[in-house]
Amino acid sequence: MSLEAAVAREAPDLHALPERSGSRAWQRLARRPPAIIGALVVLLFVIVAAAAPLLAPHSPSQPDFLAVRQAPSAEYRFGTDEIGRDVLSRVIYGARASLIAGVISVAIAMGVGVPLGLLAGFYRGASDELIMRVTDAVLAFPFLILAIAMAAALGPSLTNAMIAIGIATTPTFVRLTRAQVLAVSAEDYVQAARALGASDVRIITSHVLPNSFTPLLVQATLTIAQAIIAESALSFLGLGVQPPTPSWGGMLNTAKNFLVQAPWMAIYPGLSIFFTVLAFNLFGDGLRDAFDPRDE
Amino acid sequence: MLPFIGRRVLTAIPTLLIVTLMVFGIQRALPGDPALMLAGEQQDPAVIAFIRAKYRLDEPVPVQYAVWLGQVVRGDLGVSLRTNERVLDLIASKLPVTIELSILSLLVALVIAIPTGVVAAVKKGRAADYGGTILALTGLSIPNFWLGIMLILLISVRLGWLPASGYVPLSEGVWENLRRMIMPAFVLGTGLAAVLMRQMRSSMLGVLKQDFVRTAHAKGQSGATVVVRHALRNALIPVVTILGLQLGALLSGAVLTEQVFTLPGFGKLVVDAVFNRDYAVVQGVVVVTAVAYIAINLVVDVLYAVLDPRIAAR
Repeated sequence: MSLEAAVAREAPDLHALPERSGSRAWQRLARRPPAIIGALVVLLFVIVAAAAPLLAPHSPSQPDFLAVRQAPSAEYRFGTDEIGRDVLSRVIYGARASLIAGVISVAIAMGVGVPLGLLAGFYRGASDELIMRVTDAVLAFPFLILAIAMAAALGPSLTNAMIAIGIATTPTFVRLTRAQVLAVSAEDYVQAARALGASDVRIITSHVLPNSFTPLLVQATLTIAQAIIAESALSFLGLGVQPPTPSWGGMLNTAKNFLVQAPWMAIYPGLSIFFTVLAFNLFGDGLRDAFDPRDE
Repeated sequence: MLPFIGRRVLTAIPTLLIVTLMVFGIQRALPGDPALMLAGEQQDPAVIAFIRAKYRLDEPVPVQYAVWLGQVVRGDLGVSLRTNERVLDLIASKLPVTIELSILSLLVALVIAIPTGVVAAVKKGRAADYGGTILALTGLSIPNFWLGIMLILLISVRLGWLPASGYVPLSEGVWENLRRMIMPAFVLGTGLAAVLMRQMRSSMLGVLKQDFVRTAHAKGQSGATVVVRHALRNALIPVVTILGLQLGALLSGAVLTEQVFTLPGFGKLVVDAVFNRDYAVVQGVVVVTAVAYIAINLVVDVLYAVLDPRIAAR
């Protein structure tokens, strides 16, 4: 499942999200077990990534040619890979690349997309036209092809994969912010603030941004999930994290060559991607439902 | 209607121009000099100069862009820097694989999504609804390249039911072709099915609340008749619209699926071209996909305006 799909499924709903009294929405969120489970699993993966040196039973990069492609055992819970490295330790360290890629890519997308969306929606006119045409152009590229072309142009590395994913996901945040700005700008209290002589900066920081926070937070959570898949996909193609640094996508790239001899090399990294992405999706869906008044 | 179509076509032109500028810009930023690469191991300055002149790599970048754009507009996407084949021919030779994969995936997605979405909406809040929701979330969260690897492991390696990779053209045998396309189509179709299922459920829920559905129930029609004859047709309209937007998703998914199953399609072409720094092929593939995406969405918009004239009137 790709990022365009996520955008297509989520964006229309989010445009309609109004501000909701925060505490009530958070209470609604707390009553949604799937969302809480999602949040807890995300937290678990964050702890695993942060405490990797303490949790990993073996070195993630030290080969052991006496233990090549060993099946899961008491010594190696997830087995070993083609040069005898412990798969469990690599999966634990691999969480770092995935989580960092998810969060940083979305931070890049928001850092570029939110100001552009504000500019387009608040000032309209020529800047709006230009920004939206460029946004449409970026959206016209199949996401992964754009990310592949950019990752290849910048050179294969985790940093460049994050930049590529960040730029490719920026249009989502431009469109969402612009839609929020247009909706909020038409509200009476914004007109009143304007009539009272409030500056543009004050209107944006006091009214527009606080009212756009919730939909942006929901979109960010769901986009992190897709950015994690995108990073794995790029690493799987050899355009993300470079060996010997462990990453789930990179591990799958190697594992596909040893499916007959060592299937465990493919099973555990894939399950890790699946559970992390599922957790972010559960949490994001819960957030959206908690803040969406149409369910009431 | 005509002014609407005209307006819509006019807004697509600057988007297309920006697309071409971006493609050209990205590819020119790629590391490595294609002339040096083509010259091979000898690195003879005369050969390098000849290659530069032949492919106009020695001209200023804006001139290279203008020349390239002029060729693109005439349908000439240049020649592959590696194989010397015409890019358009290369794309045309790979396209049938990706189109077949996309059509089969679309079928898989629709067969899964429509019944599941309808049942989830009709049985809202009950076990079937929760089951459908879990299925959709799983489809959205599973990386399709990993699903492909797992299917190869289970169905090809363990059970030996289907070949793990390769492609047989339809012309050489429908059965042999399908045996190799079932798994890739399923892998690519599941992600799309998840998106369509959620859309189907939400649009069905909206339609089921409409007056005409209540009237049909009041007239004594059975639940199944009301759902299939009245509600489904109306609920499908937004689902069909979403399909147009999913072309990009399908192509992105095809890149990975073709890698996993070694299918000689469009996706494999672009990945190989990126690794070989074959500018012309990458440019051609990306331009063709972007133009196709813009054109299909233009058609969807126009069709939508035909179905609902209020859109054109806005």
